[in-house]
Amino acid sequence: MRIESIDQLNQWREKCRTEFEAQKRRILICLGTACRANGAIEVYEEFKKVLAEKNINDVSVEAVTKTGCHGYCALGPLVILEPEGTFYTKVKKINIPEIVEKTIENGEIIQRLLYKDANTKKRVADYNEIPFYARQQRIALRNAGNIDPNQIEHYIAVGGYQGMAKALTQMKPQEVIDEVSKSGLRGRGGGGFPTGRKWATCAKVESDIHYVICNGDEGDPGAFMDRTLMGSDPHSVLEGMIICAHAVGSIKGYIYVREEYPLAVINLKKAIEDAREFGLLGDNILGSDLCFDIQVNRGGGAFVCGESSALMKSVAGEIGEPRAKYIHSVVQGLYNKPTVLNNVESFATVPMIIEKGADWFTSFGTPKSPGTKVFSLAGKIMNSGLVEVPMGITLREIIFDIGGGIPNKRKFKAVQTGGPSGGCLPAEKLDLPCDFDSLTAAGSMMGSGGMVIMDDRTCMVEIARYFLGFLVMESCGKCVPCREGLYQLYQLCTKICEGKGTEEDLELMEKLSKTIEIGSLCGLGKSGPNPFVSTLLYFRDEYLAHIRDKKCPGGVCRNLITFTINDDCTGCLACIKACPTEAITGEKKKKHILDQELCTQCGSCYAVCKFDAIDIT
Amino acid sequence: MLLAVIRREGVDVPALCEHEAIEPCGSCRLCMVEITKKEWDGWKNHVTSCLYPVEDGLIVSTHTDQVMEIRKTILDLYMARCPGSEVIQKMAEEYGIYKTSYITVPDADNCIMCYACTRICEVLGKSAIAAVERGHRKVIAPPFGDVPPDCIGCLSCAHICPTDVIKWNDEDGTRTIWKKNFELITCKECGKNIISREFADYIIEKREVPAEYFETCDDCKRAEVARKMGSLVTRAKEVSL
Repeated sequence: MRIESIDQLNQWREKCRTEFEAQKRRILICLGTACRANGAIEVYEEFKKVLAEKNINDVSVEAVTKTGCHGYCALGPLVILEPEGTFYTKVKKINIPEIVEKTIENGEIIQRLLYKDANTKKRVADYNEIPFYARQQRIALRNAGNIDPNQIEHYIAVGGYQGMAKALTQMKPQEVIDEVSKSGLRGRGGGGFPTGRKWATCAKVESDIHYVICNGDEGDPGAFMDRTLMGSDPHSVLEGMIICAHAVGSIKGYIYVREEYPLAVINLKKAIEDAREFGLLGDNILGSDLCFDIQVNRGGGAFVCGESSALMKSVAGEIGEPRAKYIHSVVQGLYNKPTVLNNVESFATVPMIIEKGADWFTSFGTPKSPGTKVFSLAGKIMNSGLVEVPMGITLREIIFDIGGGIPNKRKFKAVQTGGPSGGCLPAEKLDLPCDFDSLTAAGSMMGSGGMVIMDDRTCMVEIARYFLGFLVMESCGKCVPCREGLYQLYQLCTKICEGKGTEEDLELMEKLSKTIEIGSLCGLGKSGPNPFVSTLLYFRDEYLAHIRDKKCPGGVCRNLITFTINDDCTGCLACIKACPTEAITGEKKKKHILDQELCTQCGSCYAVCKFDAIDIT
Repeated sequence: MLLAVIRREGVDVPALCEHEAIEPCGSCRLCMVEITKKEWDGWKNHVTSCLYPVEDGLIVSTHTDQVMEIRKTILDLYMARCPGSEVIQKMAEEYGIYKTSYITVPDADNCIMCYACTRICEVLGKSAIAAVERGHRKVIAPPFGDVPPDCIGCLSCAHICPTDVIKWNDEDGTRTIWKKNFELITCKECGKNIISREFADYIIEKREVPAEYFETCDDCKRAEVARKMGSLVTRAKEVSL
C-alpha cells in the first residue's frame, strides 16, 4: 500500500491506532542487545508457547510484543505487563508459566520478580515509580521499549511520521531550518555544533546533489545510545533524515552503522523496506516533490570512521582516513558534494521538534544546551543502562539518583564523560551541570553521552594508560603527532604504571600532549591526549605517588602494590584455592599466610575474599 | 595552497610529505603555520600550509615559538621512529635535536609513513601499493603482502621516497622491486638498461608513444639528435660556401 497524501496517512494512522489500542493486555518483552544476551529470546518464545497452550480469554498470542531496549540493562531480561505497567526484572524461561497463571490470569503480582529499591528495600510494582525511570524525560527514546521496532504500524500508531508529514505538507525547507535553528538543537554526536546552522549552510551551497548522512558509528567504549536508538526505534531516525532531506534538498541518504551492531542493521533495513513499501521513502513522498531514499552502509570496525570526513571516505569505498577540513563537509563532503552529517540521536530528536515546535523543545534543558540528552551508564554503577534526561542535570543526579550509586559500598572516584576523547571528572565536580559548555569548561566533554563510572579501586594512571592504548590502536596512522605522539605518550604512561617514571617524564608528556592537540589532523588526534591531560589535571597526586613514592593509591598497578592478609581472615580457604601461584598457605579456620616472594599481585585472592581480609597497599 | 605562496616569498618552511607531482595530504605536519585575520579578533589557528587554501587578508606567521615547538616535537618523534634516516637527522639537527627524547620504536625502519609512494602510484593510475593496518602498526605494502600484481616496475615510489626506504635492484637485465621481477629493455645502441618492459608497454598504451621509442636510451637519442644537427650545420656551411 502506498501512502500518497497526508489524508491517507491519517486514515492509516487511525486504523493502526485502533488495532494497537484494541490490544489491552500487552506483554512487552525487551529484546535489546543486553536482554537478548541474557536469554530474552527464550522468554519471548516461551510466553507465546504458554499463551497458545492456555488459550486465555482476551489475551491472545499477539499480546506478546518484542520491543527494543528499555534502558535498564542491569536488570534484564525485562518484561512489562500493560495496562498496569507491572515491571518484572531478570525474568527467566522457568518463570513464564507462573507469570501467566498468577499475574495474567489472576492479577496477582509476583513480589520476588519486582524491582527492589536498594535504599528503601521495598519492591516496586509500577514501572513509572522506579527512580531510574521516574527522573527521565524521554524525547529521543520516546518509543524505545514501547513498540516493536520491526512493525511500522506500531510507529505510525504512536504518532510516527507526523513530524515528517507536517514538514512536507505545511513547511517550506527554509521554515524547517528556521524551526530547527530556533530549537537550539546541538549535534548529539559530541561536537555540539548547532544543527540548524549546519543545515542552513548546506542548503545554501549550489550543487546538483546534496547528501544526508546519519552517523551510527558509535565507537566510544561504554557508549551504546545510538545502538539502542537504531535497534529500538529505527523509524524515528529515518523520519529525522527525511525531514533533513526536505530542508536541504537531498535525494540520497546513508546510514553508517558500525560493524559490531548487527541488530541495528537488521532493524534499520527492515524499517527502510517498510518505509519504501508505504511510500514514505522513494519518489514523491506523501505526494510532495521530495524524492529521497536511504541506504545502510556498514563500517569495518574502525573507531576513526566515526570522524565525519573518515566516515565519508569509507562510504565512498576509500580507506577510512580523515582529511583536513579547511573546507567543511557541508560544502564539500561525500564525493565532494555538500553533505549534512548528523548523529543518530540528533536525527531521532528532529521529528519531535517539528511536530511539537521549537518552543516546546527549549522548555527542556538549559538556554545554551536545550532539550534532553541520552546517556549510557557503564562501569562501577548499580543501574548500568540507558537514560534520557534534560540537559543541565547534575552528574550527581545522574550517577546517584538515577544510576543508583556505586556498588559494593565503595566510594565514587571519577566519571569519564565523552569516551576516550573526553575526560575524567573527580568527586568535586559531581555538582557540575551536564551540558555542552560546562563539561568542556571542566576539561572534559559531552561527547556522544557515554559515562564510565569508576570507584576508589581504580588507578587513574592506569585508566589513562588504558584509554591511550585504545587510541594508539585506533589512530588511523595518517599524521605523525597522533600516530607517533600517542604511541610515545602510551609508552611513558606505561613506564609510570611500572614504577619507573620520573618527574621529567611527566613534563615531557605535558609538552608532547600540547603538540598532539595542536598539530594533529583530525578530532581524534586533537583530543587524543585527553585521557592523560584530564587525569593529570584532577589526579596529579596519584601520578606523583607512582613516581615519587612508588605506590599505586588505587591498588591496581602490579609493580607498586603489596597484598597482605589481615586479622579478619576466617580461614575459609577460598583465597588458597584462587591463588594461581600457590603463594597462600594455611589451614581451615586459621588465618592464612601469604608468601610475598611467590605473589604476582594478580588480585585473585582479593576478588574471592568475602571478609575484607586482603589489604592492598 | 598556502605553502606555495610561503615558498614564493622565500621563507623556509620544512615539509617531508609534500611533492609537486602529487596532491598534498598533510601527513608530516612540518609545514604547520599560524594563521589569523584582522576580523578574527585575535583568534589564531594552526594549519598545515600545504593544505590550506590561500585567502585574501590572511596573516601568516611561520616561525612563532609554538610553531617551532611543534616542528621540534615532530622531528623528535621522527628521530624515535626512524633512527637510521640521515634526512631526518639532518633536519632535526637544524632544529637543535641531536638525540630523541623518546623511546626508540622497536623494529624501526626509515619509513615516515608520508604516503608519497602510494600517492604517486595512484597518480600513475596503478595503486599497486597502499597503506595497510591502522595507527602505529601501519605499513606500506602490496595487497596481502604478496607480489603486487599491478606494479609495473616504474620505480616512481622509490624515487619519490624522502627517506630512501624503498629498495630496488637492476641486475642481469632484470629489475626487482617489491619482490617482483621485471624484464628490462636495453638500448640497442649502447646496451644500457632503459626501463622495464611493463612500464614501456604501459606508456605506449596510455600516451600513444611510438613502440620504437624505447628501443634506444635517452643518451643515445640525444647523441643521434646531435649527429643530425651536426650534419645539418656542415651541409649548411657547404651550401653557403
